[in-house]
Amino acid sequence: MTRTITLSLDINDRRYDVDVEPRVTLLDALREHAGLTGTKKGCDQGQCGACTCHVDGKRVLSCLMLAAQAEGRKITTIEGLATGGGDLHPVQVAFMENDAFQCGYCTPGQIMSAVACIREGHAGSDEEIREYMSGNLCRCGAYNNIVAAVRQAAEMADA
Amino acid sequence: MLDFSYSRAGSLAEAGTLAAGEGVRILAGGTTLLDLAKCGVEMPETVIDILSLEGLDGISVEATGARIGALAKMSAVADHAGISAHCPAISQSLTLAASAQLRNMATIGGNLLQRTRCPYFRDPVSFPNCNKRNPGSGCAAIGGVTRNHAVLGTSEQCIATYHGDLAVALTAFDAVVETDRRTIPIDAFFLLPQDRPDRETVLERGEMITGISIPASAAAKNSLYLKVRDRQSYEFAAASAAVGLEFEADGRTLKDVRVAVGGVATKPWRAKGVEEALLGKPLTTAALAEAARLSVDGAMSHGGNHYKIDLLPRVVARAIETVAVTLAPQLAAELGEPA
Repeated sequence: MTRTITLSLDINDRRYDVDVEPRVTLLDALREHAGLTGTKKGCDQGQCGACTCHVDGKRVLSCLMLAAQAEGRKITTIEGLATGGGDLHPVQVAFMENDAFQCGYCTPGQIMSAVACIREGHAGSDEEIREYMSGNLCRCGAYNNIVAAVRQAAEMADA
Repeated sequence: MLDFSYSRAGSLAEAGTLAAGEGVRILAGGTTLLDLAKCGVEMPETVIDILSLEGLDGISVEATGARIGALAKMSAVADHAGISAHCPAISQSLTLAASAQLRNMATIGGNLLQRTRCPYFRDPVSFPNCNKRNPGSGCAAIGGVTRNHAVLGTSEQCIATYHGDLAVALTAFDAVVETDRRTIPIDAFFLLPQDRPDRETVLERGEMITGISIPASAAAKNSLYLKVRDRQSYEFAAASAAVGLEFEADGRTLKDVRVAVGGVATKPWRAKGVEEALLGKPLTTAALAEAARLSVDGAMSHGGNHYKIDLLPRVVARAIETVAVTLAPQLAAELGEPA
């Protein structure tokens, strides 16, 4: 018999009540139960970074966190970055302007990681950006443009 | 991943009582437990979440030593200015480990208890024989692809590497693991595989790490964690060394030497032979080269991992030389280029 638990998740400043098995990860809860498919499932083993989102303002891997652990915490996904008026987040704009993707599958995770990387103060040089973005893999190899986008967004945030 | 029941513990005592039950696993950051549950290595029936317990994530640094609560996140410790001043090797070992996302999730207690990345251990479907998962079933790694397996501390039952970085730094500086029942010197905390590779630490059923303390020393203050690996970032060590030094007033005779190595052994490995060879003597190029070779005393190759036996002494020598030259710049000319 499948046991489900009812969770109330605070995602992008909206409340989502979901019935899930206890083993359901935050990633699967976002995609399959809350209908927020912007967060991507890449490896599902904590190795690729495609599922990166923010919990209480910190970047985490939603594939290695149970949805139940996220209850009572503030979750932000790629869908929650743009303003209510529809203006893109500066990091999203920088990714577009720098062509920082090819297939785009890793992009939501890259952007969520980049937003946190800049906020943490770890985007001071290309070398530092590469180190602190190393948890986000891009199989198309768009790394140079990703670094350029993060650098541009970091410079705009400083200005 | 098989289903399990989930609850949040209300107190440490409650968690301890629940954790003593059969099929129960404590969940904190989740980065090891959920990963291994997906592989089918861990099959908990009940998961007790302790991440929300109050008062277990503190970090304090005093003149006598530092203390890190078990639920402190890797990122919080890595970025703590007091820890970096007390023992830079600890900060470096954390910053060089995993990724920014994982460091925001993984706790210090869980970091110590991370399981091996032996690919045979992690793949029960393809490789049912693993003495660590299933005592007495054999070892698929021996005779297999062993590039990342241990050369030190192995047994005929298991050659799986302990891949953690933090515990290597803690081992060099005589850290003490605190549990809800007792305190344990870190070198005694981890067990060699011997004929029971399934037993990795001395923790008893239901016993939980509550914190780690690191005594103050000049060697800890003058320390370095050097990690050499196949990629620049987000990779386990091919070989690593945590080193701390203290010189006598003459600036060349070693008053204290601490060396522990990682990525090469079945547990965080204190290189006592290297320390003893250098202690109380002037540091010279010849003495350093000879001592560093002792880091692989007793090492055994399993084919693909043979390169570690060549690599480790160089990593140890470079780490010692880097710290020595920082402390005593006049040694630079004498010691020459790093190995």
